[in-house]
Amino acid sequence: MSDILHHNIKLPKGAIEKETTTLNLGPTHPATHGVMQNIIELDGERIVSAEQTIGYIHRAFEKLAERRPLFQITTLTDRLNYCSAPLNNMGWHLTCEKLLGIQTPKRVDYLRVIIMELSRITDHLICNSIVGVDSGAFTGFLYVMQYRELVYEIYEEICGARLTTNMGRIGGFERNFNDTAWKKLDKFLVEFPKAWKEFGNLFLRNRIFMDRLIGTGAISAERALNYGFTGPNLRAAGVDYDVRVHTPYSSYQDFNFTIPVGTTGDNYDRFLVRDQEVWQSISIIQQAYQKVQEFKGAEAEVYHADAPEYYLPEKELVYTRMESLIWHFKIVMGETEIPKGEVYNSIEGANGELGFYLISDGGRTPYRLHFRRPCFIYYQAYSELTKGGMLSDAIMTMSSLNLIAGELDA
Amino acid sequence: MMALNNEIVKQKLVEKFGEQLTNWEEPYNFLTFVAPKDLNLKVLQFLYDDETLKFRFLTDLCAVHYPDRKGEEVAVVYHLHNLENNIRVRFKVYTDAEKTEVYTATALYEAANWMERETYDFFGVNFIGHPNLKRILNVDEMDYFPLRKQYPLEDQTRVDKDDEMFGRGGSIL
Repeated sequence: MSDILHHNIKLPKGAIEKETTTLNLGPTHPATHGVMQNIIELDGERIVSAEQTIGYIHRAFEKLAERRPLFQITTLTDRLNYCSAPLNNMGWHLTCEKLLGIQTPKRVDYLRVIIMELSRITDHLICNSIVGVDSGAFTGFLYVMQYRELVYEIYEEICGARLTTNMGRIGGFERNFNDTAWKKLDKFLVEFPKAWKEFGNLFLRNRIFMDRLIGTGAISAERALNYGFTGPNLRAAGVDYDVRVHTPYSSYQDFNFTIPVGTTGDNYDRFLVRDQEVWQSISIIQQAYQKVQEFKGAEAEVYHADAPEYYLPEKELVYTRMESLIWHFKIVMGETEIPKGEVYNSIEGANGELGFYLISDGGRTPYRLHFRRPCFIYYQAYSELTKGGMLSDAIMTMSSLNLIAGELDA
Repeated sequence: MMALNNEIVKQKLVEKFGEQLTNWEEPYNFLTFVAPKDLNLKVLQFLYDDETLKFRFLTDLCAVHYPDRKGEEVAVVYHLHNLENNIRVRFKVYTDAEKTEVYTATALYEAANWMERETYDFFGVNFIGHPNLKRILNVDEMDYFPLRKQYPLEDQTRVDKDDEMFGRGGSIL
């Protein structure tokens, strides 16, 4: 009997004896949201084991960074977690400022906070709505997507770009926020909370959705810590670690907000934590908006620190003043020497602790730059998270972890 | 209880390991030291187990290549975090580039698994005892370790390549 089968269908050798099915999920599958491959061993619909293959879009950022002056590395950070590129940009600028000892004015900090929280919102918004899409509920995605577009329009007003933003400079921003940007932000603050509320109404207590998510892809706090989880995924497991609170940067200590935590670390808790974090971000943006409005006179025009070695001078001054001309050329040609030093700086990225480990030997480019990419670290747990569960739950786990291939592969 | 600070961490470590730990520094208030490579697991375990220290979160593990340090060209760098007291510590072990052998931290931290694979992939550090030490981001067929300093980036002035295919040079219009 088995001979006939082998003859006609050409099953791989030993396929019948082993009684499990090997499934290649990805690298390009609509449900993987990026180029990631999983070789899954299935017993019926149950997952016996899952092995990840990553690196499909590896672009050697750490090597490239070794030949670039600091300001050219910003564009590399854009391409890590591209769903929240400004967060990476700000994280990088903060790292440089720490190394160089640049103090940024309060107004710059608050402007940065606005941008960082906006990108956190866009990131969580994508993640949560994609969890909806993968569970078969497409509507919510369309409700909130137009607000990501609005945020991108705000980015455009500030830096001219939308996705890979290259926003800001070492020491601040390249220009002050214009009126259109503020108007669009007003619009966002009025309209988005309504849409987010609506989005929540669709999902949060939706019986079908809850049954689909609760108890799937769960991890305990202890295991999550051992796996190096950070960000919403760690908080969903019940650990209230948030870099914004533990090691405040960019004046986060001036804001009132809470860290939402979950208990079970499953897909549903991850969804809830992100949902609540968006509300917190909205509140932070409102507070920062208010604080920025309070600056009067000359202070209200400040949008960068005084760091002539690293911050490009006004074009007008380049034509009229010798020092500005010199700085302009030194910066553009990448001829500024970076002080010797070793610095680790991290920010609360949308996915977790985004760290930059920068070593400078006193040259014009970093001697070594290492990115601590939260995605890369917590994706290791995917096998453990999905083992014993259904294949369809593995898809949900993948989207609720918020894996971004760009960050994964560097 | 007195809050944990760099002083106490250093004191504890010196009590335990004495002169074996060297090069104590605090760049940007980040306690840093160098350990002999054979001691890396003992140091990690001590930092993990000690009831005061409790460095139980592996933030980052990577390597740095110093071709000029003969016999100890590759530094493996550990960043650890005590989440309770919110204090971090960094330590390095140096190993020979020709014979890179460092004990794996995977038994202590699941997170170290891919971090070590990445470090192996780019620097060729052989982590002894690692359950699955193979390349992770680069192709399996690669026969060198690209982040080592002897492999330069592409010469930006080379002319033998059709730049138009790579979005550089060629005609603009």
